[in-house]
Amino acid sequence: MATPNTPLWEVFIRSRNGLAHKHVGSLHAADATLALQAARDIYTRRGEGLSIWVVPSGAITASDPAEKGMMFEPAESKIYRHPTFYDVPEEVGHM
Amino acid sequence: MYTQALNTSEADDRNIEDAARAAQFQARIDAEERIEPNDWMPSAYRKTLTRQISQHAHSEIVGMLPEGNWITRAPSLRRKAALLAKVQDECGHGLYLYAAAETLGASREELVDLMLSGKAKYSSIFNYPTLTWADIGVIGWLVDGAAIMNQIPLCRCSYGPYARAMIRVCKEESFHQRQGYEIMVTLARGSDEQKAMAQDALNRWWWPVLMMFGPPDNASQHSDTSTKWKIKRFSNDELRQKFVDATVPQAQYLGLSIPDPGMKQNPATGHWEYSDIDWDEFKQVLAGNGPCNRDRLAARRKAHDEGAWVREAAAAYAEKRKRRRAAA
Repeated sequence: MATPNTPLWEVFIRSRNGLAHKHVGSLHAADATLALQAARDIYTRRGEGLSIWVVPSGAITASDPAEKGMMFEPAESKIYRHPTFYDVPEEVGHM
Repeated sequence: MYTQALNTSEADDRNIEDAARAAQFQARIDAEERIEPNDWMPSAYRKTLTRQISQHAHSEIVGMLPEGNWITRAPSLRRKAALLAKVQDECGHGLYLYAAAETLGASREELVDLMLSGKAKYSSIFNYPTLTWADIGVIGWLVDGAAIMNQIPLCRCSYGPYARAMIRVCKEESFHQRQGYEIMVTLARGSDEQKAMAQDALNRWWWPVLMMFGPPDNASQHSDTSTKWKIKRFSNDELRQKFVDATVPQAQYLGLSIPDPGMKQNPATGHWEYSDIDWDEFKQVLAGNGPCNRDRLAARRKAHDEGAWVREAAAAYAEKRKRRRAAA
């Protein structure tokens, strides 16, 4: 008999250095408690993190890579959002 | 390596693909872009990777068995703790890899069932027995050493999830190889019996380890496409040679001899040239006739069957809680 499907979870870990939770991978578990325990065993065997989030994979809404041109176009044309766009006289020093 | 049985050509599928999209895809590969799960990809690319990554995952999982055999008999608490941690890592590697394979559209259950039914392959190396404690040293030193040789280039493989899984795996493999070599150093500095045990283990594992890199380049059917798609970055023979060159001095340090009387260093190239490999043995092991093929599958099936009640109980409990929440 084929094995029945177990729900998929995405795992996010906040590392020691105070950065944001970062996606590290996914796993299967029947519920959230088991998902957290499995995430600890699979993704933090060497003290990789101080905090774990698990999220049902189905709860994630993702942008479509095929539409990335249109999706990110608003940022493409706005070079004035970057500090290097602005000229500051050299005498002023680092700013 | 861990995916030696990729023997069929996918040429037929390619003919029906949209040529323009395929060209665009190849251009992305050539530009060293990573392919991500939701990107368009030729169906043959998807199929090849699903098979390669899942075979790699099966190898990690089956690979726990030969070493697990020695956990209860490790010679000290230090060795036992290290071996247990190593076997846990192998399990973790299998799980990272299954997750990467699933991003291509296969389900975990489907992949696991293919392995349990004997339809999917795993690395030939795990069909050899671990007869003495020295085998645990040799596995860490040579089997994991060979795996690292193969896996480091896979960290730059064109498929993003596979490459990322391999980065995690490679970070952890280094501990495996060092713990194995440390066992070898201890045995090599020990009594005559310990030295003999170390040499015996090396004698038995050397040739099977060289076979891990897969058939010679002139006999490998799937290398061309895998190279074009940047799944594979070095040929089987190139990696095998690199491994031999790295290993010979390590064996010399241990005072052990490589069981290949014909081996000699080419003074011009510096490479250690090894004798012919017995590819019939390799084919036999892949075909299911190695010393432990039946044992390994039987052990996996037993573990899977005996764990069924845990999976069922977890699913039933999750279902009950969901119903209660809905009722509240």
